[in-house]
Amino acid sequence: MYTASDLRKGLKVIIDNEPYIVTVFDFSKPGKGQALYRTKLRNMITGLTIDRTFREGDTFEPASLEERPMQFLYKEGDQYHFMDNETYEQIIINEESLGEAKNFLIDNLNAKVLLFRERAIGVELPNFVNLRIIKTEPWVRGDTSKADFKPATLETGYVLRVPPFIEEGELITVDTRTGEFSKRVKE
Amino acid sequence: MTKNWSLVKRKKTLQQRARILQGIRQFFAEKGYLEVETPHRIPTPAPESHIDAIRSDTWFLHTSPELCMKRLIAAGHERIFQICRCWREKERGNLHLPEFSLLEWYRAGGDYRSLMEECEELIRFVIDAIGLGERIVFRGREIDLSRPWKCISVNEAFQRYSETSMTGALDQNLFDEVMVQEIEPNLGADRPMFIYDYPAQRGALARLKREDPTVAERFELYVGRLELANGFSELVDPSEQRERFRIENKNRESFGKPIYSMPERFLAELGSMPPSSGIALGVDRLVMVLLDAGTIDEVVAFTPEEL
Repeated sequence: MYTASDLRKGLKVIIDNEPYIVTVFDFSKPGKGQALYRTKLRNMITGLTIDRTFREGDTFEPASLEERPMQFLYKEGDQYHFMDNETYEQIIINEESLGEAKNFLIDNLNAKVLLFRERAIGVELPNFVNLRIIKTEPWVRGDTSKADFKPATLETGYVLRVPPFIEEGELITVDTRTGEFSKRVKE
Repeated sequence: MTKNWSLVKRKKTLQQRARILQGIRQFFAEKGYLEVETPHRIPTPAPESHIDAIRSDTWFLHTSPELCMKRLIAAGHERIFQICRCWREKERGNLHLPEFSLLEWYRAGGDYRSLMEECEELIRFVIDAIGLGERIVFRGREIDLSRPWKCISVNEAFQRYSETSMTGALDQNLFDEVMVQEIEPNLGADRPMFIYDYPAQRGALARLKREDPTVAERFELYVGRLELANGFSELVDPSEQRERFRIENKNRESFGKPIYSMPERFLAELGSMPPSSGIALGVDRLVMVLLDAGTIDEVVAFTPEEL
């Protein structure tokens, strides 16, 4: 059982008998008042988002999801095809169920597919994934007027901020939990 | 070798933060305030319904330097300020850190009205000290810091921004929800705003208003929808203060929270305290607003998660 103070981004809870994941979490405490936990929760089956505010004493059932190791095969429109590493069975997950994970899915990546009552509803990625940069401004040596970081586009289309010395075509490690640059990969 | 890039990114912010702190100290030095330091580790925090202290052995880390600062005022130190770390259990969010920096100042004489003026003066002094103009941008919106700042009572704020009245919200036990969801999003959006005269039960250490004892002489300052400061005319009657603490402890008990023992030395010395006013201002949040930071994490060197 969780209480409201356990709420954080990514926590999975059951509300009205359906699994939800916390997508936005905001702790507020108006002066001398009580703690309020304002959330946006995404229904992990329908992908729909709801707003809910909780108080300190509120409790929740954790949404216990089964995890199965699978490999990402390919993307077709907004459908993502995965293969079960043990049974070789193929399954499809819709883009809206993937959430942020779609930004870091590259072919043949091993990930954990989440099942709620035998239904694939999402995917959990390794914390660090290597992705190639397909577009970024070149680094001008000695130019100190530029900001400490610059935007770069990954092969998945996701845009993030990288240190200025990182060049187009390079492979970098991304922290999939935060979506931030972690380090450069030496090839 | 691992370079901490998120720390590298904060270099400019930390330099600006230091300048803001210097500006605050300069303001109080020029106004003849004495900078004081009181212990972070104390035997008992002030009993308040919704403020929880972190234990440190059999004592506690202070949630604010309030009790010690008032003992100094009671002993005749008439104008004092302090910038210190405070700790509050389980407070973590985009605007909260369990360990944060608080500026508190107290002065003998004057009431909450005169503190509002001084608070305005301080912030205008600081923006000048760090080279900002009267118009700043916070979260994509321009805030005009020119004088005079807006003032509105809590009662009026409920009338203006909510369908629920202040007393209605209190009766339905929804005061905090209405405040956070309906009222706060309107406070200080384009000009700083003081909101004053809180319900009596929302100011355990504040003096009640003589003309209307259902409210306490307490105010909050909002800039860019952020609550920056909380000040009040101090309650200096020891027996009334003891009774208020007793009620706060009763509330704590009903919420299943630990109760705190009476701060006896504070209560014993409170009788010598002249009419005074005091205020606490969240330093991290002031830095956030002045530097247009999205979250409190961006304005400190380390968050607890990064340790």
